[in-house]
Amino acid sequence: MTDRTYRAAPPGALRIEPLGELTAIFDRRSMQTHLVVSPMPEILGAMGTDACSAARLASRLAAAFDLCGDDDVQAILAERLGELAAMGLVERA
Amino acid sequence: MRIAVGPVQFRIGSDWAEPVAALARLYAGYSQDDVRPADATVRLFAARPWRRWLRPSVHIGGDFVVPDALPLPLSMGLLAAEMGMNLQVALGWRRHMLLHASAVAKDGRALIMSGESGSGKSTLAALLGESDWRLMGDEFTLIDPTGGEAFAFPRAVSLKNEAIAEVAARVDPARLGPLLAATPKGDIRHLIPRADAIAAMHEPARPALLLFPRFGGEVAVEPMGEGEAFVRLTEASTNYVALGEAGFAALTRLVRETPAFGISYPDSAAGLALVEQLWAEAAL
Repeated sequence: MTDRTYRAAPPGALRIEPLGELTAIFDRRSMQTHLVVSPMPEILGAMGTDACSAARLASRLAAAFDLCGDDDVQAILAERLGELAAMGLVERA
Repeated sequence: MRIAVGPVQFRIGSDWAEPVAALARLYAGYSQDDVRPADATVRLFAARPWRRWLRPSVHIGGDFVVPDALPLPLSMGLLAAEMGMNLQVALGWRRHMLLHASAVAKDGRALIMSGESGSGKSTLAALLGESDWRLMGDEFTLIDPTGGEAFAFPRAVSLKNEAIAEVAARVDPARLGPLLAATPKGDIRHLIPRADAIAAMHEPARPALLLFPRFGGEVAVEPMGEGEAFVRLTEASTNYVALGEAGFAALTRLVRETPAFGISYPDSAAGLALVEQLWAEAAL
């Protein structure tokens, strides 16, 4: 499977509010509220402003978190990125 | 006819005099300002002109109409008016975030109770409102999106089924409306809130405790996380989506600043004791 690249939402588009175990995200463009759990907020936080692949995201997150099993992490992140794109919170680069 | 309940000014019209007379009695103690423009209009009208004489039934009309609203027999005109008022507020109000929740207040702080129909939130609020609490409302609580305060909507309390006898035993019969037997919601009787609660209906209260009651089963208390309280209150709010980011901000603030618990209780006495205990221990 090719490692697709994604781009974060433009600055100011999302309002992200951690609420204990859940994180509520208000998308100012769609006016929709999304409720997500870890690792979605961490992924959004690590996206940066440039186009980002699952592999690049894995290495960024590895610097901040204790991740193990490289292949697994990348596959899981690719899947989560796809889900975030489906919610409109990131977009395909 | 005009009725002001909390911040909402209603204009109520009816093809029949009976429901309006019943409302006039229930809301006689509320201040009335006939000059102020109405925020919501409720109209009870005959389904067809001839039905007015032949087989009386009322339909609910107003600024918003729910197509499948039940046509009710004329004897249920009062219930139709109440449903109409609820409907106009639930669908049309934008100045506050509207929670389908009961509320009572003490010392300027509010206890908000959210739950499905049958959870007992209305009965608990009515009973607390007969003690040293101020009844803010049995059905809706309004949250100011800017300051976060709770505002009252103290319409006449809609007592249902077993709650009727329970409350009737404690109050002056002059504060009770006519018994509406066997409505689609069961037996209903309205309770006029205490005069002090009506007089204070414009005073805001700072949310201090959120409870999600469930009637039935053993006494149980479950602390609720911010996330779950947020989800439940989005479901309990009739205008969350319409308010956009203001609603999002109001709700995140409410669940962050207010401790929340799910409670179960087998009867009203146990429910009241639990509420007083949590208020003493956990309210901010």
